[in-house]
Amino acid sequence: MTLRAPPLSAIHERADASFTDFGGWEMPVEFESIRIEHEAVRSEAGKFDVSHMGQITVAGPDAATLTQRLTTNDVTMLDPGEAQYGAITDEDGIMLDDTVVYRLPEGAADEFLFIPNAGHDGEMTERWLSERDERGLDATVTNRTEEYAMIAVQGPDAPDLLSAETAVSLTALSRFEVAAGAVAGVDSLIARTGYTGEPGFEILCLPDDAGVVWDALECQPCGLGARDTLRLEMGFLLSGQEFHPVDEPRTPYEAGIGWTVKLDTEFVGRDALEGVAADGPEEKLIGIELVDRGVPRHGYDVTTPDGEPIGHITSGTMSPTLGAPIALAYVPSAYAEPDKSVRVVVRGEPKKARTRSTPFLDR
Amino acid sequence: MSFDVPDDLRYLESHEWVRVAGDTAEVGITAFAQDELGDVVFVELPDEGTELTAGEDFGVVESIKAVSDVYAPVSGTVTAVNDRLRDEPELLNEDPFGDGWMLTVEVDDKSETDDLLSPDAYRDQIE
Repeated sequence: MTLRAPPLSAIHERADASFTDFGGWEMPVEFESIRIEHEAVRSEAGKFDVSHMGQITVAGPDAATLTQRLTTNDVTMLDPGEAQYGAITDEDGIMLDDTVVYRLPEGAADEFLFIPNAGHDGEMTERWLSERDERGLDATVTNRTEEYAMIAVQGPDAPDLLSAETAVSLTALSRFEVAAGAVAGVDSLIARTGYTGEPGFEILCLPDDAGVVWDALECQPCGLGARDTLRLEMGFLLSGQEFHPVDEPRTPYEAGIGWTVKLDTEFVGRDALEGVAADGPEEKLIGIELVDRGVPRHGYDVTTPDGEPIGHITSGTMSPTLGAPIALAYVPSAYAEPDKSVRVVVRGEPKKARTRSTPFLDR
Repeated sequence: MSFDVPDDLRYLESHEWVRVAGDTAEVGITAFAQDELGDVVFVELPDEGTELTAGEDFGVVESIKAVSDVYAPVSGTVTAVNDRLRDEPELLNEDPFGDGWMLTVEVDDKSETDDLLSPDAYRDQIE
């Protein structure tokens, strides 16, 4: 299989980044060091090439009806220029992906744009098309992943950095809002969204223009390594780790994003999720902090202090900000409250740990 | 990018170095290895008195992104462990051939070091 490469590949290679295969894309994982990049975003600003994220547009009279059918949140609540986070579930309410749905600003050719995770763009385009055809809806669905570059600039200094490069009023742009405008002279969509917990923006532009935007935003380039440690400190989900239709089949309630499920709308998976909402999920995602030394990793077992298995780690790392080993894990709902004593089994050794609410950082 | 490969050391293909002085061998991981791992956040080492066997793993280095076993270049008894790595694992990144040393071993059989890579052979491997 040939890896897809983001339009900024040559720039990253010149910056001596190291690369990794992520969702079928060859992406920069580290430029300077994960710790330096992570700290830059928490204290100043960093920029990320997130062109591996998918872009799918939905237009036409039934664009809203179709997108409503396939996402758990209520897209009819969106005015032009607003966005929302939601899940894409199957008939059983199992998460296939999570996504941000943008209702594009007035004047845009398409009404909706949504961002599936890396490598999910083909599958999600098919899903929208087949639902459209099955229901006889009038909508145009276009996979534009190759037509867009996506750059995130995140950190306390991100608003100042970006406002120096655009006439768009960023102070008027609230969280989960999107505006069209030029960045460094390049036609862009600017969204006040991100995956770090810091103030910041995600910028969509044409692939050929991406280098201009990237170079204009003078701050620390960051790879997927820092992106992962930053999101984990916030307890944000990573597709494929906290949920996966085969390896980690989870409902939004188990994954802690039940707030994105609007049971008063009609969507695929609604009926199953109504039952889960009524009974409560049997397991929930919880934060864990190790008390003993060690680093919790994906797949490690979680047990009671007596050694009884109760769950497993989905993501873990040494938190650069806290200097503490942190993780996310699914455990029975009875254990899914803060300050329970548990053990994480690291290479056969049970390490003392305690459950925590997320986010791990106050932001 | 070229990495420091000191001429007074011998090496393992798995990126450990050993500095032999008399019957004592000092062991660590190379500059190349720490760069591959990235920010080291945790080091697990055996206690003094532990018997190491050449070629077998004796410890673990964890960076933010990876877990890596560390292998013994020679067989022998651990005589000292670098306790600083407990609170300052970043020493492995900052000074892998100096303050980032891991442990010293009283070597059972010095002829074992003949099987290790020379600096030139190790340089060839990582280039």
